Amino acid sequence: MIVMDEIKKSCVATLWFIFLTFPIAVIKIDSINNTVKWRWLNMVYIGVGSFFLSMLWRYMIKKKEMGGQKEKKKKEAGFFYKISQNRKIFIPLCVLLGVFTILFPHIFSMYQTTIMISALIYVMLGLGLNIVVGLAGLLDLGYVAFFALGAYLYALLNMHYGVSFWVALPLGGMLAALFGLVLGYPVLKLRGDYLAIVTLGFGEIIRIISQNWDAVTFGPSGIANIPPPPFFGVKLSLQATSTYIFYIIVVLVIFTIFIINRLKDSRIGRAWVALKDDEIACQSMGIDKGKTKLTAFALGATWAGMAGVVFAAKTTFINPASFTIWESIIILCIVVLGGMGSIAGVISGALLLILLPEYLRAFAQYRMLAFASVLILMMIFRPNGMIENVRKIYKFKQ
Amino acid sequence: MDFSYLGQLLLGGLTRGSIYALLALGYTMVYGIIELINFAHGDIYMVGAFTALIASTVLLNYGVPHLAAIILAGVAAVIYSSAYGYTVEKIAYKPLRNASRLAPLISAIGASLFLESYVLLLQTSDFLPFPALIPNFKFWAPYESLFSSTELVILITTIVVMILLTVLIKFTKIGKAMRATSQDRVMAALMGINVDRVISITFIVGSAIAAIGGVLIASHIGQINFYMGFIAGIKAFVAAVLGGIGSMPGAVLGSFVLGLSESLFTGYVSSDYQDVFAFTILVAILIFRPSGLLGRSENQKV
Repeated sequence: MIVMDEIKKSCVATLWFIFLTFPIAVIKIDSINNTVKWRWLNMVYIGVGSFFLSMLWRYMIKKKEMGGQKEKKKKEAGFFYKISQNRKIFIPLCVLLGVFTILFPHIFSMYQTTIMISALIYVMLGLGLNIVVGLAGLLDLGYVAFFALGAYLYALLNMHYGVSFWVALPLGGMLAALFGLVLGYPVLKLRGDYLAIVTLGFGEIIRIISQNWDAVTFGPSGIANIPPPPFFGVKLSLQATSTYIFYIIVVLVIFTIFIINRLKDSRIGRAWVALKDDEIACQSMGIDKGKTKLTAFALGATWAGMAGVVFAAKTTFINPASFTIWESIIILCIVVLGGMGSIAGVISGALLLILLPEYLRAFAQYRMLAFASVLILMMIFRPNGMIENVRKIYKFKQ
Repeated sequence: MDFSYLGQLLLGGLTRGSIYALLALGYTMVYGIIELINFAHGDIYMVGAFTALIASTVLLNYGVPHLAAIILAGVAAVIYSSAYGYTVEKIAYKPLRNASRLAPLISAIGASLFLESYVLLLQTSDFLPFPALIPNFKFWAPYESLFSSTELVILITTIVVMILLTVLIKFTKIGKAMRATSQDRVMAALMGINVDRVISITFIVGSAIAAIGGVLIASHIGQINFYMGFIAGIKAFVAAVLGGIGSMPGAVLGSFVLGLSESLFTGYVSSDYQDVFAFTILVAILIFRPSGLLGRSENQKV
């Protein structure tokens, strides 16, 4: 009887979705010839798809509710956490990973290296946004603006004053942090959802300015011929340059991981997590809410600024099209899918979301649809991401 | 000072403001009831415009008379937008009713992105020409150059919708339930109000109003694409915050203030930066008057 009931419910859902998607999925109009094309096949796909998906959906929701009732006291520690605690496995694993990373540009082709560089740039961006969203719980939807600031800073300073990559790298971080402070100051005192929309607006403002301010940013045509990082005055071949940039970004990612790992358990890191959990309780413990949020926001922006400088040096060409709202959302996806607050999670999230579409070119057009579904489904079924962040537990020893 | 130019800008601002108002009402209703920025609202409006375009083209192709086709297309847009609003709420927001504040916000971004890429994949990424559904009225001919018939219809429709909405909220049973739910959800449930149903209805009403806005602006501008809801949605949100989010008269006032000032800015300063202007206004309000023009300042209770 229960099975019949489930099938009936799914049939209702199927009919509903067929009705819902009818005009957009089935009918396609050609406005030039003024003809109408009927795509009945789509209706069949949607019908079959929504039947099974609605079955799955209700099963998952039920399972989630059951899980909530039981309230497992002893949460099973994740696989990654166990590994990272076991030194006998963890250290050799790190060494192996290190050797693989060093050899990577020599084993694989330049094309693979270039893809890996952009994936690692996203790892850096993801880790930076992780401070803001994952640790401090502030939704930043304009993160790409800081990335753009870093990229434009390097491109412009280099063009006008011949500033080298190594000078621009810290400058990019500092400029982004400064903008983070200026933007965050008025907004962070307010409720969290305003921040989301203001940062979204800020991202758009930076993009619009870079598009329209022709005199400085050269508008939509962008800036070309940005030099790659110098290597002790030696002129490197194209292949060697990409290998060099690969090592630079690897070092930067390790540096980022190190800093964030230290920050997480520091006084300020614990204050971020506490603020995320309960603002009022946190304030009554003597934590300055505005200041703490502001540091999270500015520190998060710093990484984006530095990643931007590396990005400009890697692509040697930037234009406003690289810094749209989609980029911000991809970075947010990385953090959400990987696991908010968890470093291993964010790294695997970035590698998965950037490398997978690269190798599944055939499905490239479904990328955005998949990302959107990831955001919704992760929030409903696994709000802590693939690799859950494990809070440090302090045991009182007598 | 060129007064006819100024007049033109003011009238243009009025039209702009009415469109924002139709969208901002949906934002403010949803925010008032579940305290969520419904990022997908702008995309629901886009879906409405697409449905209207598809329906009107199909109907005209099958030889349905023009007037009937317009009305049917408008009705289809309203029905479909409401259905989409209802479904988005059921899938993306309802399971997260008791989650942390961040979760529904991220889910809302996902819903918005989903609708955009759904239309992009199944329709097109190009701009589609949208037929001028509203004819030029004969009696309005002398004023046509100053304020077109379409603009007149937009303004009148907005006013009618606002009056109907006020009646719905103030004088009907469901309106009372909405107000109760927005004040205290738990208490409302204890009084026998089906809170889930009230929230669903709020989404349906908000989406229906957005669809009306979508059809009107599409036939005013003359083209649509999958991305049109994004920036319009954000600006309507700015208008809602400007007026005081959660307050209906505030949303309307905020929309007209934003529409008029944006129109003046575009006319006298620069049209490239009109979106920047809107965001600057948003930041300025948040600094100086976070509760908006008509909003109540809220004190957080411990």
